[in-house]
Amino acid sequence: MNDEVRVPINDDSDLVPARAEGRALATRQGFSRTDATLIATAISEVARNIVVHVGRGEIVLRPLDELRRCGLQVIARDEGPGIRDVEAALGEGSTTSRGLGLGLPGARRLMDDFQVASAPGRGTTVTMVKWRVRDELELMRERRRRA
Amino acid sequence: MSVAILRQGDYLIASIRSDLTDGQLLGLRDDLAERVGVQRIRGIVVDVGALDVIDSFMARALRSIVQTARLRGAETVIVGIQPDVAIAMVQFDLNLELLRAVLDLDEAVALLDRLTGREGRDER
Repeated sequence: MNDEVRVPINDDSDLVPARAEGRALATRQGFSRTDATLIATAISEVARNIVVHVGRGEIVLRPLDELRRCGLQVIARDEGPGIRDVEAALGEGSTTSRGLGLGLPGARRLMDDFQVASAPGRGTTVTMVKWRVRDELELMRERRRRA
Repeated sequence: MSVAILRQGDYLIASIRSDLTDGQLLGLRDDLAERVGVQRIRGIVVDVGALDVIDSFMARALRSIVQTARLRGAETVIVGIQPDVAIAMVQFDLNLELLRAVLDLDEAVALLDRLTGREGRDER
């Protein structure tokens, strides 16, 4: 997909462009300012998770367009040691290392869909989506534009 | 440096101008803690109005600034948290009770006057 944006994450200074790209894409996808802030915050959390626990990885931002809704998918990928117990990592109040206990549950609350795929030695991929329902007016305008 | 620190009497006003890295934010904490002693500072205002994201790490760093400054003998007030940022911060199950926040600089200085027992020290 050519609208996809990739941001390499190597240290904490890379969180700044990751947040900015996320906000820009959210705005292009028609999200409100508040939703764009929630998305940028969630991106910051998963990107920081990479920096703190693995050191390097990448964030992929992908616009999703469906008939009745559009969205922004965020994929945070690393090749680190993986998470042995994903459920525990997502558990509220788990305080392993710096931030995991807050970061992932916080990001989950900020977004609509949230999945973590991980296995020991196989890295971790967090995939999350924020959706926006497209109302009749927007659909009508689009039909008119195409006509 | 993306933080401007101004001194006004025994208060410091730290304005965060742009998106900070984690290192810069912790650097600010250390710098403020140092200045409290060297410059005999009683109150600190941290202006975060330019930040369009405050994630859980940054929220904890702000809390850490408040706690560190307090242990050095100064009170801290946070100014200018954007409405969207406030909405996002609530999603993190963080205890933010230590963060005293107000809307603008005048209120911040008034609150510091109260906290440091200077109420009515000037003409107002």
